Amino acid sequence: MLSSADAQDRLNDFVIKLANVNGTGSASANTLLMKSMFRMGIPVMGKNYFPSNIQGLPTWYEIRVTRDGYVARSGRIDLMVAMNAETYARDVREVDPGGYLIYDSSWPRPTLLKRDDITLLGVPLARMCNETFKGVRARILLKNIMYSGVLAALLEIDLDVMRALLAESYASKKSLLDSNVQALEIGYHYAREHFQCPLPIRVQRMDRTANHILIDGNTAAALGCLYAGATVGAWYPITPSTSVMDAFKSFCQKWRVDPQTGQNNYLIVQAEDELSAIGAVIGASWNGARAFTPTSGPGISLMNEFIGLAYYAEIPAVLFDIQRVGPSTGMPTRTQQGDIMAAAYASHGDTRHVLLFPANPEECFHMAIDAFDLAERLQTPVFVMSDLDIGMNDWMCPVLDWDESYQPDRGKVLTKEQIEQLPTKFHRYLDLDEDAIPYRTLPGVHPKGAYFTRGSGHNQYGGYTEDAHDYQVVLDRLKRKFERAKSLVPKAIIETSGNQAAIISVGSSDGAVREALHILEAKGVTLDYMRIRAFPFGQEVEKFLASHPLLFVVEQNRDAQLRSLLTLETAVEKHQLRSILHYSGLPISSSCIVDGVLAELGSASRVRSAV
Amino acid sequence: MSFITKPKVTHPGLPKNELGLTRRDYEGGMSTLCAGCGHDSVTAAVIEAVWGLSLRPEQLAKLSGIGCSSKTTAYFVSGGHGFNSVHGRMPSIATGAAAANRDLYYIGVSGDGDTLSIGFGQFAHAIRRNVNMLYLIENNGVYGLTKGQFSASADIGSKAKRGEENRQPPVDPVLTALTLGATFVARSFSGDKEQLVPLIKAGLKHQGFALIDVLSPCVTFNDHEGSTKSYGFVRDHYDEVVHADFVPPAQEITTNYAEGEVTPVTLHDGSRVLLRKLDASYDPTHRGKAMNYLREKLRQGEHVTGLIYIDERSPEFHAVNNTAGSPLNTMSYEKLTPGRKGMEKIMSRYR
Repeated sequence: MLSSADAQDRLNDFVIKLANVNGTGSASANTLLMKSMFRMGIPVMGKNYFPSNIQGLPTWYEIRVTRDGYVARSGRIDLMVAMNAETYARDVREVDPGGYLIYDSSWPRPTLLKRDDITLLGVPLARMCNETFKGVRARILLKNIMYSGVLAALLEIDLDVMRALLAESYASKKSLLDSNVQALEIGYHYAREHFQCPLPIRVQRMDRTANHILIDGNTAAALGCLYAGATVGAWYPITPSTSVMDAFKSFCQKWRVDPQTGQNNYLIVQAEDELSAIGAVIGASWNGARAFTPTSGPGISLMNEFIGLAYYAEIPAVLFDIQRVGPSTGMPTRTQQGDIMAAAYASHGDTRHVLLFPANPEECFHMAIDAFDLAERLQTPVFVMSDLDIGMNDWMCPVLDWDESYQPDRGKVLTKEQIEQLPTKFHRYLDLDEDAIPYRTLPGVHPKGAYFTRGSGHNQYGGYTEDAHDYQVVLDRLKRKFERAKSLVPKAIIETSGNQAAIISVGSSDGAVREALHILEAKGVTLDYMRIRAFPFGQEVEKFLASHPLLFVVEQNRDAQLRSLLTLETAVEKHQLRSILHYSGLPISSSCIVDGVLAELGSASRVRSAV
Repeated sequence: MSFITKPKVTHPGLPKNELGLTRRDYEGGMSTLCAGCGHDSVTAAVIEAVWGLSLRPEQLAKLSGIGCSSKTTAYFVSGGHGFNSVHGRMPSIATGAAAANRDLYYIGVSGDGDTLSIGFGQFAHAIRRNVNMLYLIENNGVYGLTKGQFSASADIGSKAKRGEENRQPPVDPVLTALTLGATFVARSFSGDKEQLVPLIKAGLKHQGFALIDVLSPCVTFNDHEGSTKSYGFVRDHYDEVVHADFVPPAQEITTNYAEGEVTPVTLHDGSRVLLRKLDASYDPTHRGKAMNYLREKLRQGEHVTGLIYIDERSPEFHAVNNTAGSPLNTMSYEKLTPGRKGMEKIMSRYR
């Protein structure tokens, strides 16, 4: 058991894991628990490990209560709520020594309970639900709320905050509210009567969540699309990107319906496949609307041909790749950063694409807007490389503020008047400004602005060509345009204090790296840090690489894709880069990075001599 | 194909349309297809129809996939934007383009390979969405650019140039479109401008997806004895069931028709299609009967042509989606953003 000194140490700093069966309504109880602690001013992290299934398979939810505001998994479990008989044995094993396990004691399961180094707390949840509530479905659903009540007592979560949250959820369903509150209180009182409450791991009010929200990255990305002025969304449903379009649709139903006519100032096409989805995005963008598609790895694979067309014909397109575990169908409900190479060079022939890497929902929002501005400025596809961890989990983020002065950058599009005043015919791919970006015209504006868009060989005037020189003129300009993107994309976040060794990471690995840096520092290892936020890599990335002889590249895939891209696209020497890879499908934890760095450095003494 | 660029000088006596434009103003780049290619006749029919409708050239967006047929969008109306996209995927480009700007006229030109093989899925779903566009298939039963392979529209028993006989059943685009719920289905022949031009006009004015399957012989790879898509065979097995005449909104119907000979169908903008049935038993507004008729004629080896089916009541793409009346691509940003106040409201849900 924890000593009292340890107990103080664990105040607002522990991890709960809830093991459930999917389709039994555990999600609302998980949200209730997490949000109630968030409303008490305590930073929280929530991760959902769910199956690719509708009902009946194991699902887990992990809540990290973290007074220091860490956003990644710590790698430990202090309290397990073991509600799934099927996974019971492994759930018991996962609890860290000194931890706790809550189980449903309605049915005795003595052989499974064997573990002396953790505390087992049995609560007859099913029996109490059956005695109190009518109907099979209600009994199953309310069991979750009942264990939430048990946790409220054990962890000292403010019951009033929980009641208020239930009241918000069931504002229009009085009977549901009553039964939920009743279940909550039954659990709460049972725990108070039978256990010594609170446990040493417990919560206490803080003030660290003011001006913060709990939001998932897909909702934030959809909000970005709304604020970017996107009017056409085309998609094919695919986990874990589906909630981007679901959220966009619900935002549009609220904010994009004309109050006078009741008509929609948006159009969402649910396409027959991802090929059609990206085709519709390209068609709409070609025609001057801001259009996007959310997808995941398998969708990107299918879209490859069209992506090459948009690159070569220079048509804006915004793609959200909510990465999941590959290869092939892989594990659709698990997270990975496995599409970096596939997206960077998507399509046949010489193609390279602009990628943005958000690390959290806040950046999903801002980078969604950046993506539209960049796609139209550069007339090319732009990928927002999110992942399942960012996209589908609720993250604590600062409240999003909106700068009213924002105006979309629609890029170099000629107006009717400008077309009229052209001294010659319009030439689509001429580099008039010597910035490698040609001018566009939109269909329907002026006959003099008409041109023929094609994915076949074309010269700088927009005409068909099979001439070697004319073809190369356009291809070389495209290369210069990509070079130009380096100065337009979001810069890497760099934190240096003159160390020779550093960590490089990308996207959702950021949270775990930041925590790992603190842990390593406490162990006497200090490292610089660079988080890459975009491809192509800017000058600041080159500089950072050049000034650090030893670089740990942290990423969530097997084949070190970010490391590969760095070696291909910068002057870095391969031997400078050491990979720390995590590709289990669960979000990376800080401990994995700490272990990786320490293993590479050998011992603390070797660290000092090497670094 | 002609190797001599036509002079830009136009004869002052050339007839002009309501906009004061001559047919020459609706021409495009020089065709690079084989001399005698059926597709060039289709191009000419499109020019005739668009000129006749007095559309401003820039009101037209020309979309295509890949193949001989798909090249033709470059050969008409150079004042309208063209988009030669990827093989079989033109319908999705058209869907997105139509979503962004509902005010333009969209002509998609495709081939039997582009539509019935690689693009079969997209073709079907553009019909299902009832995208407001004219979709022309220049159907010759053969792959031209890759030199003579059978396409999915080749009939059983039809012979390739070197004598090989096709053994697989064809996909009939007209029957397919009817099955999928298409709201305007026609078949024509590149050699029958009289029939084709009014069909193109009516198809452009139809609210929703208008399909015209144009039998358009390939003179190089499929115009020989034993082919069912040759000029000769099509002329001999050509069965026009309903002839459509197109009458613009303001124009009076001047021709005298006998009682019951003509069925007028009024289109969205007030123009009318006059359907002259050549088979009295036929009903071009009855999908089931049209399909049965077509099946029977296909069994007999006949190419049924004309306006086979029309439905002006089913809602098109934008009506289904309740989209704003003005095009989405020109909406001001102010109209699209919830602004700072909106953000505050939205944020309250996530606190």
